[in-house]
Amino acid sequence: MDFKNRDVISIKDFSKEEIIYVINYAKKMMPYAKGEKHIDILKGKILSTLFFEPSTRTRLSFESAMNRLGGRVIGFADPNATSQKKGESLADTIRMADSYSDVIVIRHPQEGAARLSTEFAESPVLNAGDGAGHHPTQCLLDLFTIVTEKKKIKGDKIVLLGDLKYGRTVHSLAYALSLLGAELSFVSPESLKMPKEIINECKEQGPEPSSTSNLEKAVKDADVLYVTRIQRERFPDAEEYNRVVGTYKVDINLLKYAKEDLIIMHPLPRVVEIDPEVDKTPHALYFKQAFNGVPVRMALLSLILGDRQL
Amino acid sequence: MKKLKITPIKDGTVIDHITSGFAVKVLHILRIPESTSSVVSVAMNVKSKIGKKDIVKVENRELDTKEVDKIALIAPKATINIIRDYEVAEKHKVHLPAEIVGIVKCSNPTCISNAKEPVKSRFLLVSDDPPCIKCYYCERETEDIAERII
Ligand SMILES: Nc1ncnc2c1ncn2[C@@H]1O[C@H](COP(=O)(O)OP(=O)(O)OP(=O)(O)O)[C@@H](O)[C@H]1O
Ligand SMILES: [Mg+2]
Ligand SMILES: [Zn+2]
Repeated sequence: MDFKNRDVISIKDFSKEEIIYVINYAKKMMPYAKGEKHIDILKGKILSTLFFEPSTRTRLSFESAMNRLGGRVIGFADPNATSQKKGESLADTIRMADSYSDVIVIRHPQEGAARLSTEFAESPVLNAGDGAGHHPTQCLLDLFTIVTEKKKIKGDKIVLLGDLKYGRTVHSLAYALSLLGAELSFVSPESLKMPKEIINECKEQGPEPSSTSNLEKAVKDADVLYVTRIQRERFPDAEEYNRVVGTYKVDINLLKYAKEDLIIMHPLPRVVEIDPEVDKTPHALYFKQAFNGVPVRMALLSLILGDRQL
Repeated sequence: MKKLKITPIKDGTVIDHITSGFAVKVLHILRIPESTSSVVSVAMNVKSKIGKKDIVKVENRELDTKEVDKIALIAPKATINIIRDYEVAEKHKVHLPAEIVGIVKCSNPTCISNAKEPVKSRFLLVSDDPPCIKCYYCERETEDIAERII
């Protein structure tokens, strides 16, 4: 398996074996991610973070990961402070970042931006979100979280809840979970259902997913409940939005139906999908999930850039 | 005996089996009338074995690959007949290459290929007939291909 200098644009850039390899390697990174142990395998390497769109978790965890590996970080989180503002092309910005660093992490509002960046960089490019496109490291950290909590993914009953139509990240996640043998069930309002192509793609990889609009029923025997945000913009009026959000809200009441060891995940930021009451229950895993971005990104950076490994 | 409703051409190209209704689009692709002063004849809604079709005949002109690819995108069943000395000298069915570069604009307004970047548009072929292509950058299938040809 060779990760050296590879671009990471979509989760589909990885085979099943490679995904498992990264997850296992991320486990080894855990004590280093927490700062309990120290390493400097990326000493002398520089990461640039080009964030053309706001992000908290992704950027901070990439920066933390690079620092924990002994590397350094340059970059921007506000494109208004760059020449982009003067009309500089993305291609030129990438050429510059490429000459200043050894690896590029990019988040951009336009789909395909990361793919395009690979054409102008010698260094590897990692996609940290391209508009409605891909976000492969989020997908990897989601998989990592499930594996760490449940010891495996194969045969797990996983419910994906919320906006399953527009969220591309949830499409990649569904694909990857199927590839790893999870039994998926999709729960969403009628107007935000998982697209047929994605369901077919899941079927080709693994067990056939089921779809329902009944959350209580789906939660009953679930091992994992993955919640996504339902955006206000998707609805014609406030009334319809409030009705839908109310129907699919995850609260203490819903958890009465759940298995004791059900884990609840969310890519964050969450708005109203999960009641804050749930935070105190042992089901709530979303904060730990967000932390897992560090060991996973450490594993990737190390595999892609490192001259030696752990 | 060949029965031709229009005057035969000595040298040129006959684009036959064009999806009916698309002859004008084909003329557009060939930049007719701007690109030629020779005779061009167009037949629309001609009865044929596979239903109605359009035909475009252009004198003193052979098509380049780009033009043929563009035609394949709107009329997947078209045949290109090269006429030399009144006879069909060559006959090719159009077919799309696996990768289509620089001849279509992505239909996704927020695709990076539609921004001012120094790259050509690039698509991967999903199916020939009906023509279906997927943007290499944003990975979306392009809607209304006929309207997106550059
Ligand atoms: N000299 C010519 N001038 C104008 N049109 C011509 C000439 N020769 C042939 N054509 C036209 O070119 C097309 C192809 O001619 P061809 O003789 O190969 O017909 P065909 O056997 O029906 O071909 P196909 O199997 O492709 O339908 C026909 O539409 C025919 O009318
Ligand atoms: Mg014929
Ligand atoms: Zn595109």
